[in-house]
Amino acid sequence: MDNTFGQHFLGIEGLSSQHIEMLLDRADNYALLNRSRKTPRTLLRERTLITLFFENSTRTRTSFELAGKRLGADVINMSVSSSSVSKGETLLDTAYTLNAMRADLLIIRHSHSGAPALLAQKVDASVINAGDGMHEHPTQALLDALTIRRHFGSLSGLTVAICGDILHSRVARSNILLLNTMGCHVRVIGPPTLLPLTISKMGATPYYSMDEGIKDVDVIMMLRMQRERMQAGLVPSPREYFRFFGLDRRRLNLAKPGALVMHPGPLNRGVEIDSNVADDPQQSVIQEQVEMGVAVRMAVLEKFSHIKAQP
Amino acid sequence: MKPLLFTNVRLIDPKSDIDQPGRLLVKDGIIAGIDLPDSEGKPEECDVIDGQGAVLCPGLVDMRVTVGEPGYEYRETIATAAQAAAAGGITTMAILPNTKPAIDNPALVSVLKAKGDETGSVTILPYGALTVGCEGKEMAEIGLLHEAGAIAFTDGNKAVENTRLMMLTMSYAHGYNCLVVQHPEDPSLAKNGSATRGELATRLGLPSIPAAAEAIMIARDLRLAELTKCHLHFGHVSTAEGLELIRQAKQRGLPISCDTAPMYFDLNEEAIGDFRTYAKLSPPLRSEEDRQAVCQALADGTIDAIASDHLPRDVDDKRLPFAEAAAGGTGLVTLLSVTLTRVKEKTLTLPQALSLLTHRPAELLKQSCGTLEKNQPADLCMFDPEKTWLVEAGILPGRAQNTPFDNRVLPGVVTGTWKMGRKVYEKALS
Repeated sequence: MDNTFGQHFLGIEGLSSQHIEMLLDRADNYALLNRSRKTPRTLLRERTLITLFFENSTRTRTSFELAGKRLGADVINMSVSSSSVSKGETLLDTAYTLNAMRADLLIIRHSHSGAPALLAQKVDASVINAGDGMHEHPTQALLDALTIRRHFGSLSGLTVAICGDILHSRVARSNILLLNTMGCHVRVIGPPTLLPLTISKMGATPYYSMDEGIKDVDVIMMLRMQRERMQAGLVPSPREYFRFFGLDRRRLNLAKPGALVMHPGPLNRGVEIDSNVADDPQQSVIQEQVEMGVAVRMAVLEKFSHIKAQP
Repeated sequence: MKPLLFTNVRLIDPKSDIDQPGRLLVKDGIIAGIDLPDSEGKPEECDVIDGQGAVLCPGLVDMRVTVGEPGYEYRETIATAAQAAAAGGITTMAILPNTKPAIDNPALVSVLKAKGDETGSVTILPYGALTVGCEGKEMAEIGLLHEAGAIAFTDGNKAVENTRLMMLTMSYAHGYNCLVVQHPEDPSLAKNGSATRGELATRLGLPSIPAAAEAIMIARDLRLAELTKCHLHFGHVSTAEGLELIRQAKQRGLPISCDTAPMYFDLNEEAIGDFRTYAKLSPPLRSEEDRQAVCQALADGTIDAIASDHLPRDVDDKRLPFAEAAAGGTGLVTLLSVTLTRVKEKTLTLPQALSLLTHRPAELLKQSCGTLEKNQPADLCMFDPEKTWLVEAGILPGRAQNTPFDNRVLPGVVTGTWKMGRKVYEKALS
């Protein structure tokens, strides 16, 4: 085991800039190996990786699965609908069962904040948080950071705007933590109903106006706007949301020339982002984020599994 | 248009702290300057209006008006309301959105503004609906309405009952730096009520509304204003308890304001007499103690503005048993005169009274009107504070006639109103 890191990877909170740089360096290396199709398929040989998704996410689960397979792990996907959970089993019951099966790595996504932390207390395997409630989505923050670093060379000193539903976003929280640790200036933009004022205590400057918040930034991270937020009365309508908080060409031009456009996916075209911007190869790095996602997850699996990294 | 020179007038502009005899010059619809009476000379080719000592003040800004358009044109249209406004010295009026359909669509905001412009005599400032249809169920498109020109947000004569929805709408509106206006009355306590709870309602056997219905809603919403930082305005506040809560909240620095209407400082519950439906209002006329508290709050600055609370009804709305009759009274024509009763009673000075009718409501609505400052549009009201007139329902300007001040002799006669320097109302001095 790499002693620099602990057993579990539950969030960005607690990671130093050195930890983050190490993970990003390693992921950078895997990005190159992935492109040349020369991944070390023996690194996690005879290791069992279980993805345990209590919430749907084809993209993240596939990314972890691919990462595990590219490192040679035995990958098993456990979907909630077919698991015992749907029959009333508690999360801890599941933990005991998985323990008995002697899994090495558990990738968990759960709709409740803290679920991976609870599981981590009860299992011998390394628990990797693939998104818990409104708390953290650490591998997303890492893949975002890697994508940014590849374009700017470094994260330090950059101004990054995170736009949309900050209140409910684990992506936003992990990114705020990571970007602050790496010396970025973080802005958060959204309507007050989706932007807790206390977010400033986490080191992000809040803006209610997209035009003001996006001005002269290096990176724009758009967040997915969930339709249920509108049904819950937090935003009046999709057309109003797009008018004031959607990213279109005019708004993008307020940012620094060549500013990166990012989105964790899947996109709501015409709600938070205009297709014209999302598909612009000059500034949109949304596809690159997906690619870096696999590389980052390979680095995380390597660092948090009980093995030593191969050169 | 030739320049217009007003001479022999008492100029009162509370915003500029001006109260002096003098002259006022209008060029191209804009106030070009004011000076003292002994200043010499006048521009060539100008029309001169001799005010004969009357007061010349900014056109009044009425921040709470209901017009029947769209949907209830038989009660009042913008055009007929504009006639009444001009006769009352009002040149700007903010109109509530609880029409049919409600003003919850940006296109309607533009239509209303254009209709005001068509009259040529009044600027219409439309409120946007705070919730869809003013039904208190879903947040309206506040951003789009604001962009279309809605000056603030309210559900008109209905309070938003759902606390969570009120919190969300206030929070959301704060993002656009928009004012939210609440009708401070707990709907569950007010339901089916028609008079204020007390000895009179008991004697007349009328379903009543406790005065506390106002304080309860104000107390809740003050807490929400503290939580959301949203500028919250309470319309037509009418009780001592409600005003005391607002007074304390202001002392604590909360972003709060309020208005009241002439009915609540001039009349008390006795005005409903033997089931006089013209005096059935919402909120209902209160006790004498409450009326006095309103007068006190006007004097000490707790109340930020006086609005007419013009709520037109037609004969069929009012010619019903008291409990079934529609609540509401007209107020455009009587706004200034009833306010002047406070001056007559010496609880307000004339500049104080005009301040509550001009620049203070304008400032709440973020408008630059309501002043005689140079380069402002020449929206002007001329009146003789010494003369009186008899209010006669049935022959009032405008369509709606349901005034609770029927048969009252009131002080202050509006002798002329000008919009952008153009005369839109005139009554000869005799």
